[in-house]
Amino acid sequence: MSTVPARSPATHPPTSAARRARALLGRAAVPLLFLLLCVSGALVAHIGPEFLLREMLSRFARNAVLVVSLLIPVLAGLGLNFGIVVGAMAGQIGAILVTYWRIGGIAGFALACAIAAPLAVVFGIGTGWLFNRSKSREMVTGLVAGFFANGLYQLLFLFAVGSLIPWHDPSMLLPQGFGLRNTVDLWRIQYALDDLIKVHVVLEGSPVRVPLVTFLFIGLVCAFNLFFQRTRLGQQLRAMGQDPHVAATAGIDVDRNRVIATVLSTLFAAWGQLFFLQNLGTLNTYSSHDQTGMFSVAALLVSGATVSRATVWQALLGTLLFHTLFVVSPLAGKALLGDAQIGEYFRVFVAYAVITVALVLHAWQGRRR
Amino acid sequence: MAERAAPAGERRGAATAAREALREIGIPRLLIALFLLTLFAVAFATHMDMAALITDCILRIARNGLLVLALLPAIQGGLGLNFGLPVGIICGLLGCVITLNAAIGGWAGFGLSAAIGMALAVPAGLGYGWLLNRTRGQEMMVGTYLGFAVVSGMSIFWILAPFTNPALVWAISGRGLRTTLTLTGIWDKLLDNLGGFHIGRVGIPTGTLALFALACLLVALFFKSRAGLSISAARSNPRFALAAGILDERTRVQATVMSTVIAALGIVVFCQSYGFVQLYTAPLLMAFPTVACLLIGGASVSRATLAHVVIGTVLFQSILTVALPVTSQVVQGDFSETARLIIQNGMILYALTRKSDR
Repeated sequence: MSTVPARSPATHPPTSAARRARALLGRAAVPLLFLLLCVSGALVAHIGPEFLLREMLSRFARNAVLVVSLLIPVLAGLGLNFGIVVGAMAGQIGAILVTYWRIGGIAGFALACAIAAPLAVVFGIGTGWLFNRSKSREMVTGLVAGFFANGLYQLLFLFAVGSLIPWHDPSMLLPQGFGLRNTVDLWRIQYALDDLIKVHVVLEGSPVRVPLVTFLFIGLVCAFNLFFQRTRLGQQLRAMGQDPHVAATAGIDVDRNRVIATVLSTLFAAWGQLFFLQNLGTLNTYSSHDQTGMFSVAALLVSGATVSRATVWQALLGTLLFHTLFVVSPLAGKALLGDAQIGEYFRVFVAYAVITVALVLHAWQGRRR
Repeated sequence: MAERAAPAGERRGAATAAREALREIGIPRLLIALFLLTLFAVAFATHMDMAALITDCILRIARNGLLVLALLPAIQGGLGLNFGLPVGIICGLLGCVITLNAAIGGWAGFGLSAAIGMALAVPAGLGYGWLLNRTRGQEMMVGTYLGFAVVSGMSIFWILAPFTNPALVWAISGRGLRTTLTLTGIWDKLLDNLGGFHIGRVGIPTGTLALFALACLLVALFFKSRAGLSISAARSNPRFALAAGILDERTRVQATVMSTVIAALGIVVFCQSYGFVQLYTAPLLMAFPTVACLLIGGASVSRATLAHVVIGTVLFQSILTVALPVTSQVVQGDFSETARLIIQNGMILYALTRKSDR
């Protein structure tokens, strides 16, 4: 029975406006700081806009869907879904299978997406079940669930494939005769989506691929997210995010909806990982998914999104900013200190630090409320 | 009827007692103990060198014991599983690097490393505890990512810090610490060999084990003392403790400092026994196997005892030691690493999702 502080802009217009301005500045502070970091890094390393644009065209197309996949759990009050790693694994299973069956091009890519979907749904139900059993600590559970799933994934591909599971393509296996090699060459589905409509622009005197269809699909996923928030289910999730107890009293099946939110997130993560892989063209069998969760979460947060509030636009802005820093920081480190390794450590540090600060702010505000 | 009911009731009583006992031991702990037994059975059946295996097990138990013990005060203080262990570990590593850079060897070097590490851990623990007080309910997540951030931030420090000893820095650039610093001939195995002896062909790292036992004893005594009791009291009922004049904000910070300080000492002892100081990303995920040790011992997110520390360390470290040589006889490739991932994280997931523990 907390009383809502009455907002009366009529009686206190200056305070309200000032507060709103301060709130806006507070929200914009994080992305502005990042922009500053990116720009100063680019200046130090003498990176031109053309180089940056060339890099960002592919990097943005690679990562956007993964970052957008985090949005629905945030809406439902589950926090940042570090469990999307499990979804990424589903995507990778799809990619491995189509490579094994030697199906290439857009058909292969579509098949990989189709295989990944039911797997992601099952994995999502599993993670959602875990989240329901660990309410208020979903994030750490998601993180550990990712590590645990990694163990099972290794068990499957490092030991079961080729020994328990028949595998008739020795070129994909380790010399010992079982277990997948550390890299899987995805040349059959590389650029399958990116090049569906071939568009090239000339930057720095050489043609650069514009992944038009991928952008189109990113747009579709974003549109789905925007549309979803307006549906009945979306509204229920929003109510749960604001107060799960009130939502439960209002007759919303909170536990079921939390599982649905996790499933959707895992599904988009699976497809997001496939978008990522078809652009990259190689799969690091045992490590491609490792940092998916961390980098996606960090990308979302640099836009000023929080553990409890994140929009589609923030996801897109965050992807752009974070991956600009990703390109810039090793080069800046090299120019500034003569050592690219420092830049590598720096960007990892930034990712962790951004997540830490966001978590601290979230818990801090949650306590004041 | 009454006559017949009695034995049935008794039987049911026995069944409940068995179920109670099973719950007390916990199915995961039972499975893990069985797994360990199987590993030893396979080792025995395949005529492996049992004495060497057991020596390695004891060595690794002694090496890791203090780090597991470091988790105990945090749980006692109501902070949950301290995934922020790397905060203390980094302090200990700093102590090692500082004395190594000054080329202080022998007992002086070891003692000074531990002293500097523990001294640094006090302010670090204070800051960490302050942060955890402001992020109640999310301690584990904040601790995890604070640990990650500290480790990756320190990676930059290891490159840039003005350490000059040529034994520590990269030979070619003459700058930046190496990823692994060797302690051979400086202070490696000092504590292990202190009073070390053999039972048959099984070697006992007496000094390290004794230090672990001493630390356990001190922690046990501390939690019997006034200060220790108030930490546990504030955890179990903050309001009641407040009425008795105990502020739980303060006891939580005390618990965090204690945990961080023991972790700093723990890593110095670890390096001493291991013979290397590992920098950069090595401490990043160190908290997870350590937490798994404690949980395998039977601890939960909100309750842990010294027995849990000891049993868990013995079980999990033995598995980690025995699994690699044993499984490599049966399966090609490093199966033990996969098994470790599954057991370790499965155990943490189990603890996080236990219904009774909310």
